[in-house]
Amino acid sequence: MALTAASITPEEMDRLQANYPRAFKRPWWEQARQWAVWSALLAFVGYCLVRFDAAPGRIWDGLSELGVILSAMVPPTFGAAPSGLFWALLESLTMAFLGTLTAALLAIPLGIMGARNIIPNWVFHFVLRRHFDGIRGIDPLVWALVYVRAVGLGPIAGTLAIATSDTGTLAKLYAEAIETADSGQAEGVAATGAGRSIVIRLGVLPQVLPVMLSNALYMFESNTRSATILGIVGAGGIGFELSDRIRAHRWDEVGMIIIMIVVTVALIDGLSHLIRKRFIEGGKNRPLVRTDEAT
Amino acid sequence: MDGASAMDTPAVRALEHQYRRLRRQQALVTLVCISVFVACVVGASVVTGVTPIRVIRGLPGLGGYFAETVPDISLATFFADIAAWYADFWHWLGLLFDTMLIALMASLTGVVGALLLSFSASRNLMSNTPIYFASRRLLELARTVPEVVYALIFVVAFGVGPLAGYLALSVHSIGGLGKLYAEVNENIDTRPVEGLAAAGGNWFERIRYAVVPQVLPGYTSYTLWRVELNLRAAAIVGFVGAGGIGQELYTAISWNNYQDVSAILIMLVTTVIVLDLTSEVMRNRLLGREKN
Repeated sequence: MALTAASITPEEMDRLQANYPRAFKRPWWEQARQWAVWSALLAFVGYCLVRFDAAPGRIWDGLSELGVILSAMVPPTFGAAPSGLFWALLESLTMAFLGTLTAALLAIPLGIMGARNIIPNWVFHFVLRRHFDGIRGIDPLVWALVYVRAVGLGPIAGTLAIATSDTGTLAKLYAEAIETADSGQAEGVAATGAGRSIVIRLGVLPQVLPVMLSNALYMFESNTRSATILGIVGAGGIGFELSDRIRAHRWDEVGMIIIMIVVTVALIDGLSHLIRKRFIEGGKNRPLVRTDEAT
Repeated sequence: MDGASAMDTPAVRALEHQYRRLRRQQALVTLVCISVFVACVVGASVVTGVTPIRVIRGLPGLGGYFAETVPDISLATFFADIAAWYADFWHWLGLLFDTMLIALMASLTGVVGALLLSFSASRNLMSNTPIYFASRRLLELARTVPEVVYALIFVVAFGVGPLAGYLALSVHSIGGLGKLYAEVNENIDTRPVEGLAAAGGNWFERIRYAVVPQVLPGYTSYTLWRVELNLRAAAIVGFVGAGGIGQELYTAISWNNYQDVSAILIMLVTTVIVLDLTSEVMRNRLLGREKN
């Protein structure tokens, strides 16, 4: 029987309200709690806006200034030296590439050492893992600023910054990949009397290598983004050109550099997606010899 | 090879032939990949001038830098040394608080903005193609430009201070969260939506009562992750003058106040780690409860 509003008698309505009070009205404490949550949120927002000095006048002035900036970006131009911009972009890309490569190589031994099932000493494990956390807790831009002081301006500082920050991240990811690897294969290899290094090479590595490569590619994608801004602190790449143009208020060139960064990041994302699909995830289950071809 | 000859049937020979052919093919592909890779490495070294020798030559400078940041602490005057090292502790704590507020406020703004845009950026919820397309492109633009670039521009427009950092992170969060929310939206069960549509619910009612209950767990997880991300980002937008502890760190590094650098970095990393752990606990509690 379908219940419609018209078919319910007032007595039935009273009965329903008595039996299912929560379907009609929520108890006062729930309403009060909801009010409290919303007021706390509003108070928080208000406090933050006051602390950020976000007076309506300031916001308004800022927005109109932003409007001027945005309209000055159209049409974007390359400025006096387009080749310099492209060279700087290439420098950013190569910084990301070399930095990721260095980190991926350094992270392999560190990741193996940080895996609980390879070195079961928990003190060692804990100390090493917290070191990874500390290193990756510091952003590449901070490392870049430090490296610029330590080894001088230029792409070396940027490459080292990316490499350092990523060694922490990748070592952690590699260690986790090794820990979650199926131990059966390693035990099988060990049962043949193989030594520790052989067990790692034949029992563990084939399982974790695709994960490692995939993670390294992800890091390369995110490093491409980082590498475009490291130049802001003088660590090489397109970021230097960008902050230079912003300081000089040459907004049309700023617009063009932002477009270049966005297009490059999109291209690298696409490329890395393609490589992952084609070689790492797609190739995993391909049999070496197809039986229908062999017979 | 004597053992093999006993199995020397045409089928086995064909199989082995096939096997060798595929092995050769595979070796060729591997060789090409390795050559391309080596060419990339060499090319990259030429472009940036980053060679192993120059890197190794730079390492002593690096070691020296880190040695400088180690504070002078002797056991005899241990507490006085720590106090001297952290003389500006309360000032830094205030700035760290600013940084956390920037991250939290930006995440909040990001959630609101992403909520507004994600429903119209979901293929299954928005049938109006121009609005869908516009929402998608807007989100893409907001998240592809790095936060620091927004911060640089906003510092010019709104002046130096946390407001510029907050706005920069907000724009980026809207883009990042909006895309993730839209993906969650696109994976929902459409039957409740159809049910509400059949009962005469309008677009907003369908979203509120058929979509939101389904997507809330996914949203929560992504939002917590975004707060972690924003905290790291909030610390670095200060480098370009957008407020918080980053601005102080930048000054310390630029003026070679070595011991301040290590003191601030330790505070920053501790905060990041503590908040990561907190958000992990929160995620487990919130999402674990949903599952049960």
